[in-house]
Amino acid sequence: MPWPLLVPALVGLAFLVLPLAGLLARAPWQSLPQRLAEPLVLEALRLSLVTATIATAVCLLLGVPLAWLLARTTLPGRRVLRALVTVPLVLPPVVGGVALLLVLGRRGLAGQWLYDAFGVSLPFTTTGVVVAEAFVAMPFLVIAVEGALRAADQRYEEAAATLGASRWTVFRRVTLPMVAPGVLAGAVLCWARALGEFGATITFAGNFPGRTQTMPLAVYLALETDPDAAIVLSLVLLAVSVIVLAGLRDRWTGTA
Amino acid sequence: MLTRLSLAAVLASVLCLTACGSSSGTAAPASAGGGSPSLTVFAAASLTETFTELGRQFESTHSGTKVTFNFGSSATLAQQVTQGAPADIFAAASPATMKTVTDAGLASAPTVFVRNTLQIAVPEDNPAKVASLEDLTDPKVKVALCAEQVPCGAAAVKALDAAGVKVTPVTLEQDVKATLTKVRLGEVDAALVYRTDVIASGGKVRGIDFPEAGQAVNDYPIAALTKAPAPDLARQFVDLVLSQQGRDVLTKAGFQAP
Repeated sequence: MPWPLLVPALVGLAFLVLPLAGLLARAPWQSLPQRLAEPLVLEALRLSLVTATIATAVCLLLGVPLAWLLARTTLPGRRVLRALVTVPLVLPPVVGGVALLLVLGRRGLAGQWLYDAFGVSLPFTTTGVVVAEAFVAMPFLVIAVEGALRAADQRYEEAAATLGASRWTVFRRVTLPMVAPGVLAGAVLCWARALGEFGATITFAGNFPGRTQTMPLAVYLALETDPDAAIVLSLVLLAVSVIVLAGLRDRWTGTA
Repeated sequence: MLTRLSLAAVLASVLCLTACGSSSGTAAPASAGGGSPSLTVFAAASLTETFTELGRQFESTHSGTKVTFNFGSSATLAQQVTQGAPADIFAAASPATMKTVTDAGLASAPTVFVRNTLQIAVPEDNPAKVASLEDLTDPKVKVALCAEQVPCGAAAVKALDAAGVKVTPVTLEQDVKATLTKVRLGEVDAALVYRTDVIASGGKVRGIDFPEAGQAVNDYPIAALTKAPAPDLARQFVDLVLSQQGRDVLTKAGFQAP
């Protein structure tokens, strides 16, 4: 193995794994079982899993067509659009949360209308958590799917079209199966990002146990008074996400 | 134009929030060895405006001295100090957080230099017509409180208990500035925050006094740390905070003398 690759690779691995080792080393193993049984922990974990999954579904529903639009059409200003899609990536999540409040809040540009017409207000609701997570996580999906679409051989699509398939049929029967691994990889990234979302969630959806308090929020507040509890919560979140992600990768993408 | 300006103001304050948050991760730099003398002050987030002003005054009377601040939640700062962050001074928003530092033997004899009381904060136009603590019990009134883990949340619980009022908030925010932001944007109808934060908001939020606030007074202790890299400067800065000059700056911002 060439050492110019091996050495940085090992340093990189250590850099990513050592903080995890730190968590494991400091974890209060004796009190772990009763801490895990606390209703607050289970409540936050359930909420995190549910909202991250729904947010991923929303991202798939909106993000895959968006990626298609960016990769397969010749819209004017596509470059600008592509840059705009990555805005949530560079925006500090707390700022993203404020931006969401300014648009979808009770007095926001669109939220005001929602509130007056339907009495709906997204902040401080579980739906608000999903909105915040989807906002922050969607670029991961769009970028992954767009990359897959660009790498896919367009001649198959052209062949299908010459055989009389409509654009919708081509997308459904040819394009989508071809880029399925990319969609799944994007969805996994998207889910992982949504699961760990903190800044936009606490800013837009607030923090209330059982309604908007996801695991990262619970970790943050536990850190204020009880660092041991924060470590336990972090470990739970970590374990669950590793199990889910490892399981999905093996089963769906066939790459171990 | 006006809305764009106020939007920019909100964004700016939030950027400060995120900056404060991230600064809690990377502890303030140690005093530069050799070179010009420097002083590092760890102070509660609610002291941001006043201590920045006092730092400027200190720098102007001690030419060449650089005062660096690390503002954040008192609990986080206390943890950083006990983990060995190179601070000269710790000013906390509650005696409990100071106690973790004195218990670790890193400070002795802290002095209470100001007190802060709660107010009901409502948006400028007060849409829910809140006038008293009782009004917060109405389920139609959206209320934000600080989480009980942070000092302003603990104070809110104490005040509500003293009043015998039961409030169901829509959110328990991570610090007092975040709570205030929710009021400023009109997302909640009322919140319990410190008087000083209402004043610092510059009229964007209206403060309403309530009698039970007297039951939940927050004492702010300050101490020069025993392992201060610059012990002489640390003592002088604490003296400035305790002096009449320091008190003037603090009371102007809404703090009360102890």
